[in-house]
Amino acid sequence: MENVSLGADLVKMGALMGAGLACTGMGGAAIGIGHVVGNYLSGALRNPSAAGGQTATMFIGIAFSEALGIFSFLVALLLMYAQ
Amino acid sequence: MAAEHAESGFNIFPMDQFVIKPLFGGDSLTWYTPTNQALWMGVAIVAIVLLLVIGTRGRALVPTRTQSIAEVFYNFTYKMIEDINGKAGLKYFPQIMTLFTFLVFANILGLVPYSFTVTSQAAVTVLLAITVFLSVTIIGLVKNGAGFLKVFWISSAPLPLRPILAIIEVISYFVRPVSHSIRLMGNMMAGHAVIMVFAGFAGALGIFAAFPVVAIMAVYGLEVIVAFIQAYVFAILTVIYMNDALHPGSH
Repeated sequence: MENVSLGADLVKMGALMGAGLACTGMGGAAIGIGHVVGNYLSGALRNPSAAGGQTATMFIGIAFSEALGIFSFLVALLLMYAQ
Repeated sequence: MAAEHAESGFNIFPMDQFVIKPLFGGDSLTWYTPTNQALWMGVAIVAIVLLLVIGTRGRALVPTRTQSIAEVFYNFTYKMIEDINGKAGLKYFPQIMTLFTFLVFANILGLVPYSFTVTSQAAVTVLLAITVFLSVTIIGLVKNGAGFLKVFWISSAPLPLRPILAIIEVISYFVRPVSHSIRLMGNMMAGHAVIMVFAGFAGALGIFAAFPVVAIMAVYGLEVIVAFIQAYVFAILTVIYMNDALHPGSH
């Protein structure tokens, strides 16, 4: 009887630890977004008249790099709440 | 809903808001049961019709307020397609406009309290992404025949490298609907789950509940921005994929 409840608790502990580890993926996404926006800013401050046309490209770049951070957050949420 | 959870020590159930429930009670969920998801998709469509059809009914040359909002949607999508696809892409303007307007309205309506975010369901976003993928492939094959395969053959790369690049391009072409759908679904689900988790904190803190409420306000503002941006990214990626179908091999 103790073995059964220990097994279920162990699964839950493993899932929660995995959820915590999965959150480190969001750091990469934050660095990626900072990189894109930083490059856009440095280019826009050198050439302000050409900056307006590239805001669309910047937003697409932000969305792509944020998507991967959201994937890792999704894995963490699924591990925490949807075993 | 909370009664169905096992006694686990967590009192916060942020994933309960994503469960599809029948509207009029009962247990069975068949394909003809009115659910909360169907209701909120209907509300989005009614709102779109109210804005676009009734708002522009006057057809004034100097637009009224509602008409100018409808014109903003139209002009935005028109410029987006014309910038990327040229005149040939404007034939597919109705599909892109439908996608973009529906996504903006569905995402924003999900932020109303007590509502259901339709685009946080994998079923909805995967269906939209598969529709985009199938329409791009079929339009590309019908318009270009076998020349559509020039999409995978990058002519601006050195010749020995092209077979490897072709394999990579094929794989990335078939992964497109996966990333297209999960991007929208993950963003919507993550935002709403974070709001619900903070709400659980606010419930548990008692007198210090002001701090999580301020955090909820900040996340809510971010969610409004994310709602617009995710609808825009979905639409503009559809336009970019359609560019592959209309002008294959223009790398």
